Amino acid sequence: MTTFHNIVVVGGGGAGLRAATAIAEANPLLSVAIVSKVYPMRSHTVSAEGGAAAVIADGDSLDEHAYDTVSGGDWLVEQDAVEAFVEEAPRELLRLEHQGCPWSRKPDGRIAVRAFGGMKKKRTWFAADKTGFHMLHTLFQTALSYSDIVRYDEWFVTKLLIDEGRVHGVVAIELATGRVETIIANAVIMCTGGCGRVFPFTTNANIKTGDGMALAQRAGAPLKDMEFVQYHPTGLPFTGILITEATRAEGGWLLNKDGYRYLQDYDLGKPTPEPVLRSMELGPRDRLSQAFMHEHAKGRTIETPYGPIVHLDLRHLGAHVIDTKLPFVRELCSKYQNIDPVKELIPVRPVVHYMMGGIHTDINGATPVEGLYAAGEVACVSINGANRLGSNSLPELLVFGARAGEAAAEYVRSLRTGPRNAVYAQGNDEERRLRAELDQRRKGTERIADLRTEMQATMEEGAGIYRDGDSLEKAAVKLHELRERFDRAAIDDHSSTFNTELISLLELDFMLDIAQSIVACAGKRTESRGAHQRTDFPKRDDEHFLSHSLVHRSGEVEYLPVTITRWPPGERVYGR
Amino acid sequence: MIKMEVTRFRPGEDDAPIVQSYEVPLRKEWAVLDGLNYIKDQLDGTLSYRWSCRMGICGSCGMTVNGKPQLSCATFLTDYAPGPVRVEPLRNFPVIRDLVVDISDFMTKLPKVKPWLIHDGEVPEDEFLQTPREMDEYKKYSMCINCMLCYSACPVYALEPEFLGPAAIALGQRYNLDSRDDGALERRDVLASAAGAWACTFVGECSTACPKGVDPAGAIQRYKLTAAVSALKDFLLPRGARR
Repeated sequence: MTTFHNIVVVGGGGAGLRAATAIAEANPLLSVAIVSKVYPMRSHTVSAEGGAAAVIADGDSLDEHAYDTVSGGDWLVEQDAVEAFVEEAPRELLRLEHQGCPWSRKPDGRIAVRAFGGMKKKRTWFAADKTGFHMLHTLFQTALSYSDIVRYDEWFVTKLLIDEGRVHGVVAIELATGRVETIIANAVIMCTGGCGRVFPFTTNANIKTGDGMALAQRAGAPLKDMEFVQYHPTGLPFTGILITEATRAEGGWLLNKDGYRYLQDYDLGKPTPEPVLRSMELGPRDRLSQAFMHEHAKGRTIETPYGPIVHLDLRHLGAHVIDTKLPFVRELCSKYQNIDPVKELIPVRPVVHYMMGGIHTDINGATPVEGLYAAGEVACVSINGANRLGSNSLPELLVFGARAGEAAAEYVRSLRTGPRNAVYAQGNDEERRLRAELDQRRKGTERIADLRTEMQATMEEGAGIYRDGDSLEKAAVKLHELRERFDRAAIDDHSSTFNTELISLLELDFMLDIAQSIVACAGKRTESRGAHQRTDFPKRDDEHFLSHSLVHRSGEVEYLPVTITRWPPGERVYGR
Repeated sequence: MIKMEVTRFRPGEDDAPIVQSYEVPLRKEWAVLDGLNYIKDQLDGTLSYRWSCRMGICGSCGMTVNGKPQLSCATFLTDYAPGPVRVEPLRNFPVIRDLVVDISDFMTKLPKVKPWLIHDGEVPEDEFLQTPREMDEYKKYSMCINCMLCYSACPVYALEPEFLGPAAIALGQRYNLDSRDDGALERRDVLASAAGAWACTFVGECSTACPKGVDPAGAIQRYKLTAAVSALKDFLLPRGARR
């Protein structure tokens, strides 16, 4: 089967919905489709808790937001993109306000802002501690008013169609029926989010398997800065459920096993009863997660069946602050940890949270493949550099989702030629490949779950918070072995009706690509910067590495210098 | 170990649903979902179900557990010890396969209540002012995660498939009660129709089933009152006074 749309958006989370509405507004005559492996309101944007940064408060400035972002990213940041980002973020958040997003308010009815890690001013808009949930549902419900946007809900994209260096659409499976369809399009925007499930312990939802990154890389678009994986310092120990940074913004403390606010030992400032911006618990995530590792090495963490932990103390905030500003945290702690943060300490440990890297794009979301765009966590513009600041990812979805949508709408306007027969042939080949996966994986000797578990353990062991040449080499060898064993993976399920095992197989295929890309880039970057910490190369090396890595499917890595506009590389200073 | 009894069914291929039993480890941290994942990963890759966030916010993993509609990620195996734990698909929906149900009826109804902000006047350059008290008017109705537990619990939806249903009506009310919104009149034809709020017999099962405290039953009752007053005003004052 074949259908046509002018533009296909892959992914229905924050970036995808914003891109689709931007296209509909730029040119209502264009046919736009959102293809997503889940219903849009199930997308992982829903799990974001703490907030969205944009300059609105008196006494704040775009320059300060830009500087915090650039320094937070350890200067591996496209500064022109950051300037555009901080300027457009307030407009985007106001747009959501006008669409009904229930942003938390001050008593006078104006938008309230809260502190966040690495930010020198209070500028994080929030909807209690369910910011992503409210943003996603506002975007989705508003998108329902654009009746011309076509949705392919629960369709899994398996391939991008490329001919003569240009994208011509996607091939996708409808989960409910197993039907494979070639969806021809003049432009495709990837908005599929991150890849946290490559690691064993992550805040990321089950669907975050890096599909879009792998699809784009297979289509010829390189992935950028894949060695930069963010560990959030505070996840619940068994589940990996995120406990938002807003807990610390509201005044929470991190305590080691002696009840000591250990961050004071790691050049993050001196402890004060009230939170201080860019200091202590409000330092950046990379530095906090690294401090945890040092505390662990010193024997000052607490051992549990689910690994070492420290404590997050919110007790002094009191029930009123917790119930009004952090109600979801209380709910999550009660449900999943069986504790009440009003009275008890929350056990936490660093947890894989966010991918700074992603599909290489320019400031308008365009990738090097003609007609292929990307926005959101799947993309790397890069405004996040070597370490993203908390509350920058939600406005990033909107700013760059809109930019990618507008750029794609403009691009398809100038197109005069449609796909050649070769494109349809590719679609047919892909359909045959998928049939074969379904039918022929009966006799394999490997279980998907085992390969996935081994891959995840390999990544944590070899490419975790601290890495070195040796650990990365071992990881590369192991991933190569897993890639070979993947060919022998079997599935039990050969039905074409809602076959989630087939989807797991295809996701694992993508994740193995992503894991190999992360390890390849981490091995080649012989310096330490932001979230990429090499124990064998502990210093930042601007002379050789003030540049983005670009990794191709072949494993080849090249480098692209960072764009610097106004903020020359300097020291990252927190708490002093 | 604890026994999980799971409904298996592929309409069109299987003659009738069957119950399949699996033994899974009984661990204190494990949600019903962890038990299903153990089955899928270790015992039987053919079991089909939806899940994603595993933190009770994405709304994917609604199922019937021991007779009640639940989020399987937020319901724990130890609560059912010594077992067995009976896991069935959500009720009142067609089954696609095993524990996966077809929610396209809800997805078709949702846009009908116009769940988006409708504003008559100029949009301000800055934000609309909205005090915390004004937000409290609609806040709880905005917490719906579309998990469908309320539809599964609703005796009216079971008998009257035309019924808009608890979540859709609550979402319509969510916007009606938002101080920034002027769309109540546009939503009235649908919300006050025979398939809308008036179809509800106020059993209240939806509010009991809701895992997020949305209270759809309360939203519906409140809407009936508004609609009745509004209809009366229309009768007495054919022009004006509608808002």
